[in-house]
Amino acid sequence: MKISKGKLFDLYAVMLKIRLFEDRIVDLYARGLVPGLAHLYIGEEAVAAGACAALRDDDYITSTHRGHGHVIAKGAELKLMMAELFGKKTGYCKGKGGSMHIADMKIGILGANGIAGGGLPIAVGAGLSAKWRGTDQVTVSFFGDDASNNGTFHEGLNFASLHKLPVVFVCENNQYGISVHQKQHQPITDIAIRATSYDMPGVVVDGNDVIQVHEAVTKAVRRARAGEGPTLIECKTYRWRGHHEGDPNQGSRYRTKQEIEEWKKKDPVKRLAEKLLADKVVTKKKLEELEANILKEIEGAVAFANESKFPSQEELYEDVYVEG
Amino acid sequence: MREITYAQALNEALRECMKEDERVILLGEDIGKYGGIFQVTAGLLDEFGDKRVIDTPISEAAFVGASVGAALTGMRPVAEIMFIDFTTVCMDMIINQMAKMHYMFGGRGKVPMVLRTNIGAGRGAAAQHSQSFHALYVHIPGLLVAAPSTPYDAKGLLTEAIKNENPVIFVEHKKLYVEKGPVPEESYSIPFGKADIKREGKDLTIVATHALVLRSLRAAEEVAKEGIDVEIIDPRTLTPLDKDTILKSVEKTGRLLVADEGHKTCGVAAEISAIVAEEGIYSLRAPVQRVCSPDTPVPFSPPLEQSYIPDEKNLIPAIRRLMEYT
Ligand SMILES: Cc1ncc(C[n+]2csc(CCOP(=O)(O)OP(=O)(O)O)c2C)c(N)n1
Ligand SMILES: [Mg+2]
Repeated sequence: MKISKGKLFDLYAVMLKIRLFEDRIVDLYARGLVPGLAHLYIGEEAVAAGACAALRDDDYITSTHRGHGHVIAKGAELKLMMAELFGKKTGYCKGKGGSMHIADMKIGILGANGIAGGGLPIAVGAGLSAKWRGTDQVTVSFFGDDASNNGTFHEGLNFASLHKLPVVFVCENNQYGISVHQKQHQPITDIAIRATSYDMPGVVVDGNDVIQVHEAVTKAVRRARAGEGPTLIECKTYRWRGHHEGDPNQGSRYRTKQEIEEWKKKDPVKRLAEKLLADKVVTKKKLEELEANILKEIEGAVAFANESKFPSQEELYEDVYVEG
Repeated sequence: MREITYAQALNEALRECMKEDERVILLGEDIGKYGGIFQVTAGLLDEFGDKRVIDTPISEAAFVGASVGAALTGMRPVAEIMFIDFTTVCMDMIINQMAKMHYMFGGRGKVPMVLRTNIGAGRGAAAQHSQSFHALYVHIPGLLVAAPSTPYDAKGLLTEAIKNENPVIFVEHKKLYVEKGPVPEESYSIPFGKADIKREGKDLTIVATHALVLRSLRAAEEVAKEGIDVEIIDPRTLTPLDKDTILKSVEKTGRLLVADEGHKTCGVAAEISAIVAEEGIYSLRAPVQRVCSPDTPVPFSPPLEQSYIPDEKNLIPAIRRLMEYT
């Protein structure tokens, strides 16, 4: 598969946007402007960017507690995200959901999710619905390595394969479920082998290489659209920050600084920037311009969030049920 | 007496029970190296090793179900579910298996296990990490439900829970883990079904659970300035419930307020109110008041969450309303 220069640049732009957004959250969280739980995606940007670039606007995703990257890649507006993270009424969920629950049905974001493994059956349902409605929409379900130990993973994959549903299961294997290393939570190293049990293709890719991710997901999406059923794609990657902001010393209770430094050498964002420059796809100046534009957008989002109001007390009682 | 936190008190109970009885094993997510998300199991992996302190995969149905199976075959498992919200993913194991076996098998077999978890909003963690639906487990016959509000009660009740022959849902409260209080150094048990009078008073009874005990104590100090003398009863276990202590107190004060962080509808406060209506209505000179969480999911936004959480802002007006009846 040949990826055009324009597409490569777009992939880079999305990854950089995720990186810079998350960097800004580190700072905002430390200053108390983003309350609650913030699970950051730094280091894993290639997965969301590569996968969502294979989707159309009317395709769906289900996301996770570590969802900022997924929703940015699917086209979420930074303003509305930032306002939500601040708990403001102008946010995606009117301030009621926060970081772990961003959703936008208009662009196919069926929700980030606080329950590990909670998204998989929902993706299966979106697949069932697309099939039943006779559209060729595809759903990508993101989930972590440890979430693949939840029954919902096994039940979801079986059901999707049985009915040849248009779903792509994208596992982000960052090797940890909070503090528990993959070696301590499952006896296998390649989660993709579980695909065999459910009679679907299982693929392992370097999750820090956006091109590999994009190619694998594109192929799986094609297969899904053609009615041939689901695929399981495992992306090997690593989270740089702690499980969430507030995890002491970026996870020093359960991993070494050295391990983190080793993975930082495989920085997916820098890696693509270097390739773009080496292959003369872009100039340094163009990359700097891109960064400046993204930073401006982020600052705009922070200003919007800051200026927005908190929800009023009555709003506590709104949206429990659909009215009318 | 020395003072330690609620989390440390729980940790001590676990350590003492594990020392005393090698059948006591711990299972849960991040309870090993990490020491548990609230540090309740800190240091136990080092002390007892990974055969007895088992970091589990995200497989609640498997490790809670495994606890049931292990208990049935002679172990004393203590499982931890990080937040009560996640007990929903293994409801079958709790409600259909753990709770039912002893009865359904006609008394053959028992399930002496503890499922530790916690409730409570106030950490900006939104609708799937902040719930307080412990009443769900009070609704199910066969389960015992503990609800400690102080470090002293936490240690004594957990020790009793581990030694008890029945399955116990041990409901902690997130906002209490860092609260300090006096706790004896030696091991002790607090029997289930014995309420504790946390404050004596003559004008009004508050039956309060978990963090509402502390909040009620603060509210009581506040209204004491107006000459209102509040009695606070902490049931400590919800199953079994010490009805007698509650009814006796209401007989004395004639006014009842029930404060619990669960939703108001069909909650613990509803049950206690119903008991007093059935068995103590002639003691009452005022309608029963409930201070609970509203019937909405827990919102994320800090000002909404603050308004959601039942505390002094709700307790004090409710106390004053009750005092209008003479
Ligand atoms: C059913 C359930 N159990 C436990 C948790 C608590 N929890 C939140 S994230 C997490 C680890 C998730 O690990 P993984 O799936 O690998 O995703 P990652 O955080 O590494 O992206 C756990 C245990 C949860 N949210 N849901
Ligand atoms: Mg992981």
